[in-house]
Amino acid sequence: MSGSHGFPRGKAAIVGAATYGIGKCPGVSAVDMAARASMLALNDAGISLSEVDAVYTSAPYEALGGMELAEYLGLSPKVVDCNRTGGSAFEVYVQQAALALEAGLIDCALIAYGSNPASNPPPGVGMTRQSPWEAPYKPMAPISSYALATSRHMHLYGTTREQLAEVAVAARGWAQLNPEAAVRDPLTIDDVLKARMVSDPLTVRDCCLFNDGAAAVVLVRADRARDCAKAPIHVLGAAHAVTHREISSMPDLTVTGAALSGAQAYAQAGVAPADIDVVMVYDAFTITPILFLEDLGFCPKGEGGRFVSHGAIAPGGRLAVNTNGGGLSCVHPGMYGLFLLVESVRQLRGEAGERQVKDARLAIAHGNGGVLSSEATVLLGTAATL
Amino acid sequence: MVQPEAEWRAHLEEGRFMIQRSRSTGGHVFYPRVMEPRTGAEDLEWVEASGKGVIHAVTVVRKKDPAESYNVVLVDLAEGPRLMSRVDGIGVDEVKIEMSVQASIVREGDKSLLVFVPA
Repeated sequence: MSGSHGFPRGKAAIVGAATYGIGKCPGVSAVDMAARASMLALNDAGISLSEVDAVYTSAPYEALGGMELAEYLGLSPKVVDCNRTGGSAFEVYVQQAALALEAGLIDCALIAYGSNPASNPPPGVGMTRQSPWEAPYKPMAPISSYALATSRHMHLYGTTREQLAEVAVAARGWAQLNPEAAVRDPLTIDDVLKARMVSDPLTVRDCCLFNDGAAAVVLVRADRARDCAKAPIHVLGAAHAVTHREISSMPDLTVTGAALSGAQAYAQAGVAPADIDVVMVYDAFTITPILFLEDLGFCPKGEGGRFVSHGAIAPGGRLAVNTNGGGLSCVHPGMYGLFLLVESVRQLRGEAGERQVKDARLAIAHGNGGVLSSEATVLLGTAATL
Repeated sequence: MVQPEAEWRAHLEEGRFMIQRSRSTGGHVFYPRVMEPRTGAEDLEWVEASGKGVIHAVTVVRKKDPAESYNVVLVDLAEGPRLMSRVDGIGVDEVKIEMSVQASIVREGDKSLLVFVPA
């Protein structure tokens, strides 16, 4: 297996992809939303519900959500997972589903997620316990952890608040080209700089949205994919790295596990950063795309702030990053990772309308979970990349 | 059986900032555990920390009036481990990365809390 770097390149494909209820989705439960997105994705693929024999989900409020969604859909799957690597879970599911498909353990994987915290505010008690080593100092969860990493990046590399603001403004620019994006009004660098400071140096405009949304994707083996309704989008690589749980234990505040997961995923796919047409990186806060662009090899370590300046990742810039508007301006219902995959698929299919990246063949979808704790990278390509 | 968190808190209540050290590797460990991370060494003993540290990262949690804003820091201990804490005795905006600090134990509510002050 050494030649494959631990992954069956191109053997699995995403054949269905959908979003549902982005922005406001009142009057329903999270699992209603996940099920609706699931049906949309299956219809997109032209695959019947009864073919699904693996269900992967990360329910927002139900620790046993994998069983919940399987029951709701009326399935008896061979594989169910509800993993707890936060927003990166969905990229991990792509990896696990591709391996299970290749092994012949399963034939059709459904990855789904729904959450409506804006319409249906979650109960006060979450599913995670507070760290006894951090909670006494009252960091705001999770923003203060990201703020601490940001402070270190600014100190070491001279990254500025204006450069952070560039990330938010670029995301808004893309959102304005995406009818589905929840927030599309104009946003300037100055707006971000003057916004209410929450946890220095991050303002409320450096933070992702907290709105409603659901998404789903369907994966099958490449041979089955040929008979589906849409052009298959092949999984060329998928790798994962976990470096810590709490920010005080992050080995290096300015180097994320994306440096590990990205390197492995590139090796699996046999591609390099310069080959990538569409970059979807988890933007929980404006610092995260800067870190991931560095760790995934789009610029040297420390250069992320300068790299994103002057509209370089906005529409018309040098690199198409977070073309749906991202967690910052499109959708972030708590765990955003699945939306990265759906937008990648739409771009590679040429379905992205006004925001379409010309001749997109290769996309990278990078999920982040916890507080820069869990990093999972998926490389997707059209049939031309096989 | 070692009770890592309970023993650490008991020391703190007695006014002592203790960390663990492996007899075999000499490595210091914080937060307290039953083994040293990475090496797996299980021969951990309690030793008094020097209390010397350097600010590694800082943020200020901005509260709306009348609540007061406060800093949250990561401190690199002289012994090696990094931990989260707060710097007292200085304005919230005066805490800077690379600043030398010294551990201090304060009472907060009915508990002792490890904080740092400028060295």
